[in-house]
Amino acid sequence: MRPGPGGCCCRRPVGANGCVANGEMRNGYVRSSAAAAAGQIHHVTQNGGLYKRPFNEAFEETPMLVAVLTYVGYGVLTLFGYLRDFLRHWRIEKCHHATEREEQKDFVSLYQDFENFYTRNLYMRIRDNWNRPICSVPGARVDIMERQSHDYNWSFKYTGNTIKGVINMGSYNYLGFARNTGSCQEAAARVLEEYGVGVCSTRQEIGNLDKHEELEKLVASFLGVEAAMAYGMGFATNSMNIPALVSKGCLILSDELNHASLVLGARLSGATIRVFKHNNMQSLEKLLKDAIVYGQPRTRRPWKKILILVEGIYSMEGSIVRLPEVIALKKKYKAYLYLDEAHSIGALGPTGRGVVDYFGLNPEDVDVMMGTFTKSFGASGGYIGGKKELIDYLRTHSHSAVYATSLSPPVVEQIITAMQCIMGKDGTTLGKECIQQLAENTRYFRRRLKEMGFIIYGNEDSPVVPLMLYMPAKIGAFGREMLKRDVGVVVVGFPATPIIESRARFCLSAAHTKEILDTALKEIDEVGDLLQLKYSRHRLVPLLDRPFDETTYEETED
Amino acid sequence: MATAAEQWVLVEMVQALYEAPAYHLILEGILILWIIRLLFSKTYKLQERSDLTAKEKEELIEEWQPEPLVPPITKDHPALNYNIVSGPPSHNIVVNGKECINFASFNFLGLLDNPRVKAAALASLKKYGVGTCGPRGFYGTFDVHLDLEDRLAKFMKTEEAIIYSYGFATIASAIPAYSKRGDIVFVDRAACFAIQKGLQASRSDIKLFKHNDMADLERLLKEQEIEDQKNPRKARVTRRFIVAEGLYMNTGTICPLPELVKLKYKYKARIFLEESLSFGVLGEHGRGVTEHFGINIDDIDLISANMENSLASIGGFCCGRSFVIDHQRLSGQGYCFSASLPPLLAAAAIEALNIMEENPGIFAVLKEKCKRIHKALQGISGLKVVGEALSPAFHLQLEESTRSREKDVKLLQEIVNQCMNRGIALTQARYLEKEEKCLPPPSIRVVVTVEQTEEELEKAASTIKEVAQTVLL
Repeated sequence: MRPGPGGCCCRRPVGANGCVANGEMRNGYVRSSAAAAAGQIHHVTQNGGLYKRPFNEAFEETPMLVAVLTYVGYGVLTLFGYLRDFLRHWRIEKCHHATEREEQKDFVSLYQDFENFYTRNLYMRIRDNWNRPICSVPGARVDIMERQSHDYNWSFKYTGNTIKGVINMGSYNYLGFARNTGSCQEAAARVLEEYGVGVCSTRQEIGNLDKHEELEKLVASFLGVEAAMAYGMGFATNSMNIPALVSKGCLILSDELNHASLVLGARLSGATIRVFKHNNMQSLEKLLKDAIVYGQPRTRRPWKKILILVEGIYSMEGSIVRLPEVIALKKKYKAYLYLDEAHSIGALGPTGRGVVDYFGLNPEDVDVMMGTFTKSFGASGGYIGGKKELIDYLRTHSHSAVYATSLSPPVVEQIITAMQCIMGKDGTTLGKECIQQLAENTRYFRRRLKEMGFIIYGNEDSPVVPLMLYMPAKIGAFGREMLKRDVGVVVVGFPATPIIESRARFCLSAAHTKEILDTALKEIDEVGDLLQLKYSRHRLVPLLDRPFDETTYEETED
Repeated sequence: MATAAEQWVLVEMVQALYEAPAYHLILEGILILWIIRLLFSKTYKLQERSDLTAKEKEELIEEWQPEPLVPPITKDHPALNYNIVSGPPSHNIVVNGKECINFASFNFLGLLDNPRVKAAALASLKKYGVGTCGPRGFYGTFDVHLDLEDRLAKFMKTEEAIIYSYGFATIASAIPAYSKRGDIVFVDRAACFAIQKGLQASRSDIKLFKHNDMADLERLLKEQEIEDQKNPRKARVTRRFIVAEGLYMNTGTICPLPELVKLKYKYKARIFLEESLSFGVLGEHGRGVTEHFGINIDDIDLISANMENSLASIGGFCCGRSFVIDHQRLSGQGYCFSASLPPLLAAAAIEALNIMEENPGIFAVLKEKCKRIHKALQGISGLKVVGEALSPAFHLQLEESTRSREKDVKLLQEIVNQCMNRGIALTQARYLEKEEKCLPPPSIRVVVTVEQTEEELEKAASTIKEVAQTVLL
């Protein structure tokens, strides 16, 4: 049985003692008992009016025993790390890592030894779970090049064999546009033959092709904004445009789990950065209020402007930003909002317009709409959309427009064709079907995993599905066992996650058929039993009730 | 005994109290009351005033007016209205509807519309599609990426190479991967914007030396040495780097690499070289500035270049010893946190490398053409040629500035526009004036490619000459 999109039945939680907020309490959470429910209703009613749809987001607490065992695990690994470093130092164990040139031995060492301790002793043991090279389209199934290591992952040898037809649960191919056939590929091929692959100049000099202008018009109409600008790299879209928007004397309020590119952009801007708790609106409001009331530290001048940086879907948590509340706060405190839709554009909302569409909000309420073409559109690059004044300013002041080579024409064509397909401009309903398929796949997959008893983070509509592993040894074991069963998954640990919250992450795709998902689920179930990963006790705690301490830290760049 | 004495004192006191005059008692009483009041009243009233009431806070919030998100841009801002190129930006280019010969794109080797490159990219497109849908770590590593890294390392004769999906992000990510807060970077004043951003992200101490002035660099290194002797403990953990460009984007000059290497060993500072313009241009086989000077490539700690100029693809790479380069696979931000390079672009770069390896003569041809136009452009009244004779990208600056940058830019733009009308596509070198550390003077950047014929080079030179004369005189 598959739940239809928007269907009510699937919102019912699994588990004997769970109860769910009904239609009246729109911002509902799953709760452990009726008694606890009474104490939490204020969250539900407080913000409920802003949401036009149920917002079910849960983060089950880490079981105490698991947390203790995880720390013990890291403790053992660290002890062994020191032991082996000791053995390496006395040359009892063979050193595999590259060393400094003899001629430069008396230079100040390039790395701090501690920096590499983690890499050498923890990461190296399970390195085979990352950077697995593939040799096919990153579609629903993928061919992986087989590799072996004879020196405990210090080096890899390719056997020349390929593992064919591995189920791909790792690529960000949300709408299934990573394809080597079909209209997108044909259009891209045509443009490639006409234009070549490169541009050899920047937008402001002589690298502004008619194709780029066409793309930007389309992006603006897709997003429902006045104008848009496209850039050659998603990461650089953030890191090279935030400095154009804010500077010294401005304040950036950034979610603690924001992507590295947002953090880098914020740092390069020279503005003061304050961090609020992940998706925690009380924390954000407190920072906003304090910022306006107290102004800049030391100089006591009022802030020039305040920019809130949030993401649509957080790629490691699977959570969706509480956009209606963020917009309400931003309006109340006259701040500006920068929304990074890297993972949500195309993947959320009834028409695939991202998180704004998902909540049924007005795109004009978001000052800077940023997103990437890498994921849902199966291409590369990023964009910024917004008011015409904003885009005009960026056209003249964006670092990217002045100093970086513009987008490759065949890549542009892929984006144009994919976007037209999503908008239904190609005369088919293919795009719409893909969006629906993804939404259905997401709900089905998440529901089944919860039923199996795994701890799953995030919003029930988010196609990014983190499954908690916790213990360091299970990171490697899960990745390897799944590959043995022909399922490619992404596993992540420290430093991408908090040290005890290692997890596996599945990214759903419209290209996944029910058979593929069922096979993957069967294997996950099996490995879950094997590795004892079914931690869930069905006590789901809403995010707002996670401990909220008022300490925030601040950093100022000069 | 003691108690008797105390009693006596007490009696005396009571007696004194009776004998004291009334005014005295009243005065003392008032004094006592005042002391009590002082004791019980709050000491600092200031504190009380600084606590804002909720209502005051609301008023402050109500009052606060932020600056607009972006300042308004005038309609005639010189950088607002881009040239529009219709069709491919290759040798013959259509700019704003005018057919021109391209003297503006960095397509040095003419590989942009090379049929072999296109065929290789097309084959890759048919196999892999366009995007990679993931960073290198998470199923975004394709066999083509490994091939390209391998080929680049072999071509440059280094142990390892690492590719980035964006040229700008290459050096901008590589520098902060090594240089951290507290480290010292010696950098040329003319360094390009990507280097400046990399340095800013690294938060290291930056010491600028005069462009290509080795004496000035040595002075700074010496100063640092003296500083180090004062605090040897700190010096032991302070890394030192010299960052230079092979061929400077902003000046068209070559760095004095042999001297840099000498200073490197003398003062124990590592060298990072940005070779975006010199890779595929300088040297007998196009290996860049190390080959040009015959320097052992292992003496350079890290070489970074983009694949967007000579290779006419997209992206960038770093190469050097594994000990250095491998570190970026976990610490290069633009590598770890960004989607990998679309395989068709990697395939195009591989094919471009093949062509470079098969026709080493191409680099001599390019040099010949550079020298020819360089010579032809000498002696234009009002314009001076800035840059070396063998640099395929050099600058034309005003001989005499009008003292206003805005006016200079307008004059140069007029020259560019008129050249464009006469079939020569040129562009001004664009900068973010407020962001550049040392803003270069305005200039027209002329780019030479192997596709330009002798007649075209002559025509370009004479056109520029004529136009400059009409505009500037």
